[in-house]
Amino acid sequence: MTAAPAAIQTSGLTKRFGRQTVVDGVDLDVPAGAVFGFLGPNGSGKTTTIRMLLGLANATAGEITVLGERMPGTLGTVLPDVGALIEGPGFYPFLSGAANLARLDAADGWAPRATRRTRVAEALDRVGLTQAGGKKVRAYSLGMKQRLGIANALLMPRQLIVLDEPTNGLDPQGTREVRGLIRSLASTGTTVFVSSHLLAEIEQMCTHIGVMRGGRLVAQGTIDELRAAGQATLHLTVAAPDARLAVRTLAPLGIVVTTAAAPEAQAAEVAPEAAGDTALAAPFPDGLPPEHVVAALVGAGVRVRGVAVDRPSLEDSFVALTGEGFDVVQ
Amino acid sequence: MSSSDPTAATVRSPRRALGWGFFLSELGVLFRRRRTQAMLGALAAVPILIAVAIRVTGGDGRGPAFLDRISQNGLFVGMTALVVSIPLFLPLTVGVVAGDSVAGEASTGTLRYLLVSPVGRIRLLVVKFASAVVFCLAATLTVSLAGILAGAVLFPIGPVTLLSGNTVDVGEALLRALLISVYVALGLVGLAAIGLFISTLTDAPVGAMAATVVVAILSQVLGQLSQTELLHPFLPSYHWLDFADLLRQPIDWSSFAGNAWLQLAYVAIFGTLSYARFATKDVLS
Repeated sequence: MTAAPAAIQTSGLTKRFGRQTVVDGVDLDVPAGAVFGFLGPNGSGKTTTIRMLLGLANATAGEITVLGERMPGTLGTVLPDVGALIEGPGFYPFLSGAANLARLDAADGWAPRATRRTRVAEALDRVGLTQAGGKKVRAYSLGMKQRLGIANALLMPRQLIVLDEPTNGLDPQGTREVRGLIRSLASTGTTVFVSSHLLAEIEQMCTHIGVMRGGRLVAQGTIDELRAAGQATLHLTVAAPDARLAVRTLAPLGIVVTTAAAPEAQAAEVAPEAAGDTALAAPFPDGLPPEHVVAALVGAGVRVRGVAVDRPSLEDSFVALTGEGFDVVQ
Repeated sequence: MSSSDPTAATVRSPRRALGWGFFLSELGVLFRRRRTQAMLGALAAVPILIAVAIRVTGGDGRGPAFLDRISQNGLFVGMTALVVSIPLFLPLTVGVVAGDSVAGEASTGTLRYLLVSPVGRIRLLVVKFASAVVFCLAATLTVSLAGILAGAVLFPIGPVTLLSGNTVDVGEALLRALLISVYVALGLVGLAAIGLFISTLTDAPVGAMAATVVVAILSQVLGQLSQTELLHPFLPSYHWLDFADLLRQPIDWSSFAGNAWLQLAYVAIFGTLSYARFATKDVLS
C-alpha cells in the first residue's frame, strides 16, 4: 500500500473576527490512521479550527487539505467521508432520536436511502441508544444527546471522524464507552481527530497530540515525542555532611545542582559534623543512565540515602504549554 | 462494536442524489411539527367561524367581499375566508415558516450538521424555499377546503353565478376555488423569499419571523397610502386581493400573470440576496 495522504493538513491557518485573531497561523499535520488529540483550554481556538476544517467558517488566511483534497473547494466530495460532532450535539427537539438521524442522513446526497433504516439502527446501537431511539430528543439528557451526536458521525463508514469535546456531559461510564468506541474506530483504520480541554480524558487513546494556546498550535507530535520533551529532574538525598562532596562529584557528569538545596550544601560544609540528610535536586541530562551517577557518588564516598529521576508527566507538560489557571488567553 | 464495516466504496450511492429525498425529509419535518399543524388548524378555523357566525345570525349586515352570498351558497365560505385571511393570518403563518427556515436550523444547532452531512448551501436554500412555497399552498388550500366543507355542511350548495353574470355548476366552481387558492399562494411566494433572506441574516428565528411579518404589513400600509402610489405596483402585496378576475367567464388571466411576474421578481431578487449572504457566511451557531 502506498503512503496515504495526511488526513488533515493545514498551513498558516488563520481566522480573525474583526481585530481579534482567534486562530493564528496553525500548521496541523494529522497522519492517516492516527488518533489525534487536539488539546487546549477553552477559548484557545479549537472549535473555530474545526469549523474551518469542515467548511463551516472561512479561513482568513492559510490552506487546508482534508483527506488529500484542498478545502473548501471540494467540500461536496470530501465531507461524505467525514463524520463530525461539532461543539455539542444539535438536534430537532420535536423529533425522535432515530428520526433526527434519518433526517441528517437524508441530507447526505451520497447516503443510500435503501439502507437508511438499518444504518440508523446500527449507529444507535453503537452508542447504546437503541432503547431511547424512539423517544423525542426533547426528553434526552445532555449525555444522551452527546451519544446521539456521536451516532450521527457514525451513520456512514468514514475515513475521518472529527469529535469536538465528545465526552462533554457524559458520566464516567459514558466517557469510558466513548474511549472504547474511538479505539474500535481507530482499529478499522479510521482517522480520529478528537478535541478536548482535558488531557486525562484522551491521553490513553491518542497516538498524536496537538496543543493549542491562545489560537496558536504550541506543540504537535506523537505522544511519545511530547512525553520525552519534558526535562527530567534528579532528586538526590545524601547524608548532610556529604552534600558539598556530592555537588562536586556531580559537576563533571554535567549535572549542576541549581535548587534551593544548594545553599544548605554550603551550610553543611561549615558544619561537617551536622546530622541528618540533605536533599539535592538538579536537571538531569537525557541519555545518562542514573546508575552511573549513583556509582560515581558512591565511588567518591558520598553516603547516598535516596535517588530518583522524575520525568514530568504529560499532564505537567500540558499545563506548562497551556498555562495554568482559569484565565482565558486572548 | 462491529469491526466488519464494509468499505466506503461499497455502501456509498454511485451518484449523488439530486436532493428529492432531502426535500421530502424537509417537508416531513415541517408538517410533522406541532407548530405547523397548529397554524394550519388556526387557518382552518377562520372559515368555520365565519360559516357558523353567519348561520347563527342570518348573515345580515356589512362584511368582507362575498359575505352576503354565503347564506345562498356555501361555496362562498372559502372565498370569504381567504379575503379575511389575506391581510394578516396568511402572511403571519408564511412569515413564521420562512423566517424560521435557516435561522431555526441555526438556533437548534442543526444547521452545522446539515452542512457537514453534507448538503450544499445552495441546495439547502432551494429546499428551504421550495418547502416554504409548499406551505403557502397548503395554507391557502386549508382555508379553501375548510371553507368549502363548512359551507357544504351549514348552507345549500349550488351553481355559482360569476362576476361576469354567467352561471357555472358546482364542479366548475370548485375548480375556480382551487385556482383562487393557487393565486393567493402565488402571491405569498415573494414574501417567502423575503423571509428566507431575512432568515439567513440571523440565528434568532423569532426575530426573522417578526421581521418578515412586519414586511408584509408595511407593504399593505404603503399600498393604502396615495402618497406612495408610484410604489404600489412594486409592493409584494399589490395583487393579493385581485383574484376577482378568476371569477369571470372567460377567465381574465392578466392579474394572474401580473401577480406571477411580480412574485418571480421578488424571488429572483431575494433568492440572489439569500445566496450572496449565505454562500460564504461563517456558520458559527
